Amino acid sequence: MLNTFMVYVENKPGVLTRVASLFRRRAFNIDSLTVGRTEKPEVSRMTITVDADRDQARRIEANLYKLVNVLLVENITNQPAIIRDLALIRVAATHDARSHVLELASVFRARVVDVSSESLTIEITGAEDKIDGLLEVLRPYGVLEMVRTGIVAMRRGSKSGDAASTTESTAPGSANEGVANDDVSYSV
Amino acid sequence: MTDRKTTPTMSKDKITMTGAGILWECLEREGVEHVFGYPGGAILPAYDALKHSKIHHILVRHEQGATHMADGYARASGQVGVAVATSGPGATNMVTGIATAMLDSSPIVCITGQVGSKLIGSDAFQETDITGVTLPITKHNYLVIHASEVARTIREAFYVARSGRPGPVLVDITKDAQQGSCEFDWEAAKPQLPGYRPDLSPAPQEYKQALELIHNSKRPVILAGHGIIISGAMREVRDFAERAGIPVALTLLGLGALPASHPLNLGMMGMHGEAWVNHTIQEADLLLAFGMRFDDRVTGNLKTYAPNARKIHIEIDPAEINKNVKVDVPLVGDLREVLLELLPHIESIDRSEWLDSIDKLKGDSAVRDIQNLPDSGHLYAAHVINDLWHQTRDGNTIVVTDVGQHQMWEAQYYKHEHPRSLITSGGLGTMGFALPAAIGAKVACPEAEVWVVVGDGGFQMTMCELATLVQENLKIHIAIINNGYLGMVRQWQEFFYDRNYAATPLLNPDFARLAEAYGIRSATVSERSEVVPAVQSARQHEGPMLINFKVEQEDTVYPMVAAGAALHDMIRRPSPIVETASDE
Repeated sequence: MLNTFMVYVENKPGVLTRVASLFRRRAFNIDSLTVGRTEKPEVSRMTITVDADRDQARRIEANLYKLVNVLLVENITNQPAIIRDLALIRVAATHDARSHVLELASVFRARVVDVSSESLTIEITGAEDKIDGLLEVLRPYGVLEMVRTGIVAMRRGSKSGDAASTTESTAPGSANEGVANDDVSYSV
Repeated sequence: MTDRKTTPTMSKDKITMTGAGILWECLEREGVEHVFGYPGGAILPAYDALKHSKIHHILVRHEQGATHMADGYARASGQVGVAVATSGPGATNMVTGIATAMLDSSPIVCITGQVGSKLIGSDAFQETDITGVTLPITKHNYLVIHASEVARTIREAFYVARSGRPGPVLVDITKDAQQGSCEFDWEAAKPQLPGYRPDLSPAPQEYKQALELIHNSKRPVILAGHGIIISGAMREVRDFAERAGIPVALTLLGLGALPASHPLNLGMMGMHGEAWVNHTIQEADLLLAFGMRFDDRVTGNLKTYAPNARKIHIEIDPAEINKNVKVDVPLVGDLREVLLELLPHIESIDRSEWLDSIDKLKGDSAVRDIQNLPDSGHLYAAHVINDLWHQTRDGNTIVVTDVGQHQMWEAQYYKHEHPRSLITSGGLGTMGFALPAAIGAKVACPEAEVWVVVGDGGFQMTMCELATLVQENLKIHIAIINNGYLGMVRQWQEFFYDRNYAATPLLNPDFARLAEAYGIRSATVSERSEVVPAVQSARQHEGPMLINFKVEQEDTVYPMVAAGAALHDMIRRPSPIVETASDE
């Protein structure tokens, strides 16, 4: 089963290597890993998806915590969360096919970001299955090139992951509190 | 360049020092009195600044030796051991010693020089990415490129190495970080480790569950590991076992955690554990794992391991829970603190039936014991170890072993009464460990009588450290258990590879003459009657002594659980009473 972890780490050189090396050493296979900045300059955030059963997932969490630079680990696999992947897809689209491809892109709310005489390049953001769906319908036209970022994830609702062990946590904005709670999920 | 020293009374003042000066100052403040090292280009600024320090530097002959010495120092004393090396080959030579310390949770700090920060990544002379190389075999490591980072890094390194589950930490310091100057402020350089949480403790309901299992159990066994010694929980474990009437089986690294003479001490479990110990574990209805990690060498085949037992795992490292063996109640925390929490609630239960049934298992092993077989005129390693134990048992003795057959015989026949009286490489099984680790142990505990028990194979891996021993004028006794083979590998070949002794016979030097070349007194023993006089003469001699015990060449460690076999499925020494093929 695919598990999704949000991992808050100190923004220091070499931390990505430590995390990646841990998965290799303990023989877990990373399905996707993204890393980027957060609202706090001293904290980076990783979204990692791994194929693991429940016990393995617990051990991954415990092993991540053993890394000195890891601040907080959350397994959000069964939690309401916003999960986004981004793909760039270059699809063969000569004169005849072009309008069909454009139509499909618009159904998936994808954007065309580059056009040439032989192809269209489409940018799509969304949950992984949405991107898989677009890829599926584009395949007959000929997918010439494709790249995906891997997912980033955030919990739904007002509860912040709050890595923040390092600094004082920013309280969840009171303006949001009336609107969202953990049980409500707004799909896009 | 100011390279002034601070004194403790000036600690509040800010003083300008070089990175190299700060390094030694911080080591001193961390309580370091001895370091084991080997100089070279990239660490030279640090060596130059050593002249201002009270720290005693011990020059080794190979950097691997430095790490084993730091490790032996740490295991003998419980204090952090320190090893120093230069960049490149100096640093990579430390790898085996670091991995050894990692697998056995030994707190060491390794300081390596690195090429200048501007040269990093250029494949400069003697440049190696040692933080990359050691990433999976250190608890944590650091690359320091500014003098201003030295103080905090050293403080963090020591804190990480000795807290929680201890382990090795490597600090790689560039040459310019050693040479550069900055203000030194000890107070301001406090560790900043927001993600590091070594202090965990179990939830109240987990204690309740554990107590319930303990009180309902009829056939419980305590599995006593290295964690007892690291946590300093010897007294609590004894109180617990006595109050609850629970027998104690020990891992190799747990030996000494409970006195061997204690009536509840069953002895060592696992691949070469005594038969009654392994049978007891297989028949138990509750295993209490105290600071041990269910290594494959103690469990045998996991599918058939203790099939009827519930399991309670008291362990400081949450990543060990359910790693190899699924447990019913995990109690994550410092063993001593957890036991102190449990002890007042432990009810005294009469388990004499269970204890009697274990005692009955012992008789069969006794008749098979080589000590009880008629003297065949051959010298067996078991005789040597047994005699050594009898001679040194009343003293303050530390035995440091290498890896292989002699290590298992030592574990079986030397009855350890005290923690830290056996130092051995358990997890990594590092041949060549014994001699340098013994040097570290002797430096840490100069009053102790230190015996190296080592095979003829492993001894030759690090015997260059004989020079270190002589140079430091250390009175260490070396007992080479010389069977002319890589004995344990030969034993595996005997059992599992049709006695095809590929690459295991050894052509050895004359170890006695080798010792003489270093100025070390020596003796060669090949008769059983000569063992005790040789041991006595070593003990009476002023300086170090090496004894070359030429023992039976094709002797075997019994019992043996083959790798992957069930724990109760042991290859036994044929019994002289019912000697049948079925015994094998």
